Amino acid sequence: MKSAVIVFPGSNCDRDIAVALGRASGVAPEMIWHRETTLPLLDLIVLPGGFAYGDYLRGGAIAARSPIMRAVAERANQGVPLLGICNGFQVLTESSLLPGVLMRNAGLKYICRDIHVRVASTESVFTQGYAQDQLLRIPIAHNEGNYRAQESMLDRLEGEGLVAFRYAACDGSADGNPNGSARDIAGIFNHSRTVLGLMPHPERAVDPAHGGTDGVAMFEGLVAALAR
Amino acid sequence: MSDVNQALAAEHGLSPSEYQTVLSIMGREPNLTELGIFSVMWSEHCSYKSSRIWLKTLPTSGPQVICGPGENAGVVDIGDGLAAVFKMESHNHPSFIEPYQGAATGVGGIMRDVFTMGARPVANMNALRFGDPDHPKTRHLVAGVVAGIGGYGNCMGVPTIGGEVNFDPAYNGNILVNAMTVGLAPTGKIFYSAAAGVGNPVVYIGSKTGRDGIHGATMASAQFDDDTDEKRPTVQVGDPFTEKLLLEACLELMATDAIIAIQDMGAAGLTSSTVEMADKGGVGIELNLEAVPTREDGMTPYEIMLSESQERMLMVLQPGREAQARAIFEKWELDFAIIGRVTDSGHFVLKVDGATVADIPVAPLVNEAPLYDRPWKTTPRRAVLPHGAIASPDDPLAVLADLLGSANFCSRRWIWEQYDHMVMADTNQRPGGDAAIIRIHATTRGLAITTDCTPRYCHADPETGGKQAVAEAWRNLCAVGARPLALTNNLNFGNPERPSIMGQFVGCVAGIAAASSAFDFPVVSGNVSLYNETNGEAILPTPVIGGLGLVDDLDRTARVAFAGPDQAIVLIGDTAGWLGASAYLAQIEGRDEGAPPPVDLPAERANGDFVRQCINAGDVTACHDISDGGLIVAVAEMAMAGRLGARIESPKADLPLFAWLYGEDQARYVLTVENADSLLAKARAAGVAAMVIGRTGGESLTVDDAYTISVNELRAAHESWLPTYMAAS
Repeated sequence: MKSAVIVFPGSNCDRDIAVALGRASGVAPEMIWHRETTLPLLDLIVLPGGFAYGDYLRGGAIAARSPIMRAVAERANQGVPLLGICNGFQVLTESSLLPGVLMRNAGLKYICRDIHVRVASTESVFTQGYAQDQLLRIPIAHNEGNYRAQESMLDRLEGEGLVAFRYAACDGSADGNPNGSARDIAGIFNHSRTVLGLMPHPERAVDPAHGGTDGVAMFEGLVAALAR
Repeated sequence: MSDVNQALAAEHGLSPSEYQTVLSIMGREPNLTELGIFSVMWSEHCSYKSSRIWLKTLPTSGPQVICGPGENAGVVDIGDGLAAVFKMESHNHPSFIEPYQGAATGVGGIMRDVFTMGARPVANMNALRFGDPDHPKTRHLVAGVVAGIGGYGNCMGVPTIGGEVNFDPAYNGNILVNAMTVGLAPTGKIFYSAAAGVGNPVVYIGSKTGRDGIHGATMASAQFDDDTDEKRPTVQVGDPFTEKLLLEACLELMATDAIIAIQDMGAAGLTSSTVEMADKGGVGIELNLEAVPTREDGMTPYEIMLSESQERMLMVLQPGREAQARAIFEKWELDFAIIGRVTDSGHFVLKVDGATVADIPVAPLVNEAPLYDRPWKTTPRRAVLPHGAIASPDDPLAVLADLLGSANFCSRRWIWEQYDHMVMADTNQRPGGDAAIIRIHATTRGLAITTDCTPRYCHADPETGGKQAVAEAWRNLCAVGARPLALTNNLNFGNPERPSIMGQFVGCVAGIAAASSAFDFPVVSGNVSLYNETNGEAILPTPVIGGLGLVDDLDRTARVAFAGPDQAIVLIGDTAGWLGASAYLAQIEGRDEGAPPPVDLPAERANGDFVRQCINAGDVTACHDISDGGLIVAVAEMAMAGRLGARIESPKADLPLFAWLYGEDQARYVLTVENADSLLAKARAAGVAAMVIGRTGGESLTVDDAYTISVNELRAAHESWLPTYMAAS
């Protein structure tokens, strides 16, 4: 699997995702600076977490206009799998590669902790390594993860099975939704399920002593689907 | 500009005798820019004029030490060609005036100190002290400081993995915000600040210089009064995004061999960075101020030299490498300007369009900086408080939930969940344990880090308090299985011109020196913050210790949480039930009396070495040091973390039960083990006091089968205090 991680000024989970991809595929991903305008032949593109352009204006808003994003959108439109994690998800919505927006957390505070999500659809290269409704423990770390879209769009996402992950209660807690996201949405696909944006950090859940291992199936699943 | 006189010098914080020294160094009246330079360089914050003679008494060497105090941060060898670079620094005064920006720029400043030396920051820690929770400003200060620390560290992508927080009315008018950063660098690629090579370019990088933070260092060297809010313009404004770019750009340039010297612009900005580089290198530096990137037009030399705008660095480059360096900084969209040259004049010369606007000889500016042996008075000794002086409670566990659900004992989760403590994906022990641990990237080794101080003890007996702060840091590192390597400190005190305050400082430093020497745990960096007083009310003496330890095998560490039922609970160390100056006395009885627990340094060392060896041998299933609140608080914290109860049996010796439970005797740990007999035999062989005090299991904590409390009830009290407090208005 040949993958690339796009590095924006202010990205800070670029190394973490590169480690996770390298561990799953045995090949280190290419790190591509945002000022590039072309991409090599790739099986997977990742927009990493962080604070691209300091999240100034809005999270992901300036990064969405970086030179490389034209090439990223072209590849995505050709069906090359595109994964946006946390700040990367924000860049995807700001680029209109995914619908909706990510607003400030309902509690108006940055939140870093383990949360639980359920796999809402296994029908994608990203989620095929999981079982339907599987409960995962994965860290979140964000200030703006409150997913919002028009009701009609939310209906459509749900109706077409484009919700990838939903926040879920666990350990007897009443509410598993950490940030106020509409319909507990933690991650969504585009219409062809080749673009995934999610707030939780699966790359922080690939090692038992460092956040758990519930992210491993995503990366191993990608390798299984995309290895040539 | 000949209107400089003693009155103006006094406004700049220079005493009459200090101004006389300025006149003799200059051989004339300084102009305003020169006066400003002397004033910041000789401020308490930059010159350590009240503390220097005492800091020299601290042990600073050891085979592991690569660089001790005096550079931007301390450097220790951690093996495999790697060095840990670390330091702690205060941002107390600015954080009280403007909590978000004050705390944020404190974090930014300490990270810059670390990456200036060539190290990538891998962990942030902090030590915070706030006033009485009921004080009208406290909630606002907590919210602002926590958001500021998170705002900066999170954006930088450096995990904030732990720290400590206390509340006490003594901090009502002066909160403490001490931030610590640990970085990693190859031992052969440590960067220092000594300028060299006459004619070499002096380069300015980072953000533009603005009018913010002018005289910040001088502000931080004075006490507060009722007009503190008027000092807001002296607080700097942080931009963590720019600092992230500066970090990446500096590390990219450092991978080449283009840099001769590098120094960050912290307190006193361009002035102190230039003077330090020139002084360390024994050279002169000439700057052309029209080349300095500025945010606004018309800035005077005085403003440019005294600005504390953040996210700036100064470098001396190898000749001919300017283009290579410029390309890197332009890639990262940062300002890059050649603003001067190294000279052989020994003078610090500032020019504007060719005309000299300041000319100061560097050596006397540094060497003749004021140095005071301030008068000091030993803190009167307190009598030892007998057990009979405290009422014995009917049910000693009834107060446990009150204690664990109080401001100083409750869970800090509300705070550390606002810090990204997992970015970099190397966090092995998250906040909430004795010491946080991060993995050394791509290895099976780790670094353990802790910050500790018990100001209550320091106030009661400064020397014992100083020892105890080091001992607790040492203990916290041993309790996770780490080998303590070295420490940094942040010495926060009141007005040193008062002999009683200076006496606290002298006592605490003596205690730190004694403990650090006894543990071979040298001081490699540090910071002093004095004048933490408002309207004559000083803070408690608060010498915070930041300890760093090495974990040789991440699979051989210990955590606080009870790991499973039916395991033996073992108490390490001697128990006398010491309640003088204890948390029990303060929280339950509302009394601040008695001498604090003595610190037996050889016993600390022996017990710590023993506990670490047992953990490293794989004998220990959980471990917690005993500190504030004594044995029962330690056991309760282990129970809450493991969601598992325990039955405890007291030795029923000649000691009231509540004193056995809540006494704060030092050098103690609680362990759980599968095989108690083997552990006790090892302890006997090592000459370490050890006894089985109970077994894990059930859903409650039970003592002597007479008293019991449910772990869930304790958890509820423990978890709810801070969120409830912060949600109220």
